[in-house]
Amino acid sequence: MKIVYAMWLRELKKYARNRGRVIGALGQPLLFLLGFGYGFGAVFRAAGKGDYIQFLAPGIIGISIISGSTFNGISLIWDRQFGFLKETLVAPVPRLATMLGRTLGGATTSALQGSIVFAVTFAVGFHPATWAYVPAAMLVMVLIGVVFASMGLMVGSLLADGQGFQQIMNFVLMPVFFLSGALFPLQTMPTVMHWVARINPITYGVDALRVLLIDGGDFSLSLDLSALAIFAALFLALGSRFFERMQI
Amino acid sequence: MNHDIIDVKNLTKKFGDFTAVNEISFSVGSGERFAFLGPNGAGKSTTIKMLTTLLAPTSGTILIAGYDPKSRASGVRQSIGIVFQDPSLDEDLTAWENMEIHGVFYGMPRALRRERIHELLDFVDLHNRKDSRVKEFSGGMKRRLEIARGLLHHPRVMFLDEPTLGLDPQTRKRMWQYLQDLNDRESVTVFFTTHYMEEAERVAQRIAIIDHGKIVAIGSVAELKAQTNADSLESAFLALTGSTIREEETSAAARFRTMARAQRRR
Repeated sequence: MKIVYAMWLRELKKYARNRGRVIGALGQPLLFLLGFGYGFGAVFRAAGKGDYIQFLAPGIIGISIISGSTFNGISLIWDRQFGFLKETLVAPVPRLATMLGRTLGGATTSALQGSIVFAVTFAVGFHPATWAYVPAAMLVMVLIGVVFASMGLMVGSLLADGQGFQQIMNFVLMPVFFLSGALFPLQTMPTVMHWVARINPITYGVDALRVLLIDGGDFSLSLDLSALAIFAALFLALGSRFFERMQI
Repeated sequence: MNHDIIDVKNLTKKFGDFTAVNEISFSVGSGERFAFLGPNGAGKSTTIKMLTTLLAPTSGTILIAGYDPKSRASGVRQSIGIVFQDPSLDEDLTAWENMEIHGVFYGMPRALRRERIHELLDFVDLHNRKDSRVKEFSGGMKRRLEIARGLLHHPRVMFLDEPTLGLDPQTRKRMWQYLQDLNDRESVTVFFTTHYMEEAERVAQRIAIIDHGKIVAIGSVAELKAQTNADSLESAFLALTGSTIREEETSAAARFRTMARAQRRR
């Protein structure tokens, strides 16, 4: 437990000390928010779907959490390159504990990141339907963070250098963003895309945010949360296996 | 010397067709100070990685304090401490935080942890920089912090992989003094590698010399000298391993070492 806390605290300190990362990670979601928001807003309205910003904002918050939490994988690879990973691997602590600490740390920092984006969405006209649900939405942000932080760690534990990770993450994340319900409504997607989106964890994360923030969403909150929990358990289980086998 | 705390039999590590460590066997007694010497690329670090659970052997058996790294890795990890050859600090954390997280990893009670961190940071002259981030440190300061961190918890076996590389003579002397004390008072077994022969001669009770992945000689300094008719450990080492310079490892530390050596020769 102490180990989990120590690793969690370490992630938070590293995040707070790296202002470039805090600001840099805002770039992509904001670009998406403005680009898509203003670009497609009129089309969306003309199609009779209402205010696109209301629909889009939860999606953008979700995306910002993903970019934040996959950073966890990069941080693992940096630890390998700078050598700190050795220190954690040789220590008499369960590797699952260090991995959990990293995951929770990544989830916390990316939920913070998501909250910053959440605040920014107000500036472009987003407003939650029920303020009382905002704390619950924050918890969902942490859960999304857990899913993608553990995914980032799982991939990071298999790779030796950062360049490979960037390529893979770009290759994985772009489809994850676009083939999900984050940017476009699920119902109007072509069938194939719809089914891909159905196995995409971010679809459920964003859907849960929509349920809570705009009283929308395609699925029930319990389905969303169960799906997220299953993805988190899967990535954690696989990731801890890879951690157990990790060598230097 | 009582029972063996390190027991290695027919240990082999292959990377593809390259055999880094080839069927080596040796043992180290509890409380012994043991040096592991060899030219660059001889297999020293690979062996240490296998002994410390960081690398799985291709074949052979290891027992550390009675535990097999393969099946009882956590038992091994609880029994050892290690100072790595390459950097292993978290540069975003401060000197204090690096020490603190190490103490937590090794389950040290808070009071003891605090007390010893103060003592050791003082010991390596970093106490006034304890709240600076490691990335602001010079190479020598980082090295000193690594040493201090390695000495924080008192394990049964202490592994040191070229601990004195890049260390100033003052810290080097203090470090050996500290280890000597630890060895005397708590009979901590000390297993180390070095390229400084006088260090091995002064500190080690027994020395193994490894070359091309094979142990070519093992014994006390006197025995090694007698075996090769040499007047110093250095001549004995050269007699056993030849005087050609070895294929380079790719690490920067290794490159630096060869450069430093070439300059010394000039």
